[in-house]
Amino acid sequence: MPHQKKAKTADIEQRLLIDAIYHRYHYDFRGYAPASLKRRLATALLHFQCKTLSQLQDRVLHEPSVFPALLEYLTVQVSDMFRDPTYFRSLREQVVPLLRTYPSLKIWVAGCSAGEEVYSLAILLHEEGLLARTLIYATDINPHALRAAESGVFDMARVAAFTENHTRSGARSSLSDYYTARYERVVFDKALREHMVFSDHSLATDSVFAEVHLVSCRNVLIYFERDLQNRALGLFREALCHRGFLGLGSKESLRFSAQSDAFDDLVLDDRIYRKKAGL
Amino acid sequence: MTSGVIRTPRIAYDAIVIGGSSGGVEALMALLPALPPTLRSAVVVVLHLPRDRRSLLAEIFSKRCPLPLKEAQDKDAVEPGNVYFAPPDYHLLMDEGPRLSLSVDAPVHFSRPAIDVLFESAADLYGPRLVGILLSGANEDGAQGLAAVRAAGGLAIVQEPASAPMPTMPRAALACTPVDHILPPAGIAALLEQLHHQSLL
Repeated sequence: MPHQKKAKTADIEQRLLIDAIYHRYHYDFRGYAPASLKRRLATALLHFQCKTLSQLQDRVLHEPSVFPALLEYLTVQVSDMFRDPTYFRSLREQVVPLLRTYPSLKIWVAGCSAGEEVYSLAILLHEEGLLARTLIYATDINPHALRAAESGVFDMARVAAFTENHTRSGARSSLSDYYTARYERVVFDKALREHMVFSDHSLATDSVFAEVHLVSCRNVLIYFERDLQNRALGLFREALCHRGFLGLGSKESLRFSAQSDAFDDLVLDDRIYRKKAGL
Repeated sequence: MTSGVIRTPRIAYDAIVIGGSSGGVEALMALLPALPPTLRSAVVVVLHLPRDRRSLLAEIFSKRCPLPLKEAQDKDAVEPGNVYFAPPDYHLLMDEGPRLSLSVDAPVHFSRPAIDVLFESAADLYGPRLVGILLSGANEDGAQGLAAVRAAGGLAIVQEPASAPMPTMPRAALACTPVDHILPPAGIAALLEQLHHQSLL
């Protein structure tokens, strides 16, 4: 069984590397789904010109510059502004009318990556007249992604797709109202950023930091195994105010999670849930 | 063997992964309806689709396929004899369990879902207990994936380029790896039928 033996060695190496990263740098990937991690690590091996994960582990532990670079490979999800326009349309139509009843609003975008979703939400709230009283906490484990998100700069080549999504989300304004084009880049309006707080936060190791009215965490849980998903969903439940809202990615579900009893379906097709009363 | 216990012989291939792009739907039209209703392997399909369009594949094929068919959701358990489609704009991977995993990592060969991503993760999980089938398509996604299936000891099948509306994908695979069978869609269907008859699927 030569194949099985070889695969097993690679799996052992992966586990050891993930453990080493946790013990040395306190980044906890132990609860991540292994197949995606394996693929990301394979790409990293090419970049670092290592033959095996054991070689990479040696460098991660002994060369201080290696882990920050490796972290880029371990956190490379790619999203769009207004990805899944119907999600934003449902927020606009079903959630915003209820958010309007609060004098001030706090929103948590968990796993904000390069900021596509944060800016989408800020623009939506501005269109609905709510941004002035809103604070959006945008968190991620990758400090480089947080800085990129904070800068509000995106490639011009992506803006056509963003604009189409925005229109389909039920836009009340033009996306171009919110950015200025510079060479091959667009820079989003600083006024949006005044309502955002960017912060390093791990769903695997950190706890709740604020009470919020809406948590939007989309296509982050797909990278987690069940136990870690349950931990993250537990944090969201704890962070949400009485009858607060939770939005997940279009292929994610509360159905099989430990928190399924804590939420009602609000817009099931768009994975928008509402915390039950009395919790 | 005096115990009198009747054992179901273990099948040889726990899963069949199928990838295609332009012209792939036509090939699937020949393939999926011909699957034996008592198939025991799980079937997982990646077809390149226009981004951002709701996938109707599961609905289109469920009327024509004798097996239960659905679009993959995060962490779905892989059930024998079920057919799963990758949702648009997500990579689909096979993970320990076996379970289906999704990712929004960068597109591969400009494609998300990418065939390489499915095939490579399935090859890693199943080793020799996997069948990989690559169909018609206009780019080179899937070639490395099929090579990984074959290198892990799995059975590699490619749609005969002459039978493919877009032969780039099958040709790229043939240039990249030795394969076990090169067949038109009806021939692939007949081969699967035969493997099932031999209790291998």
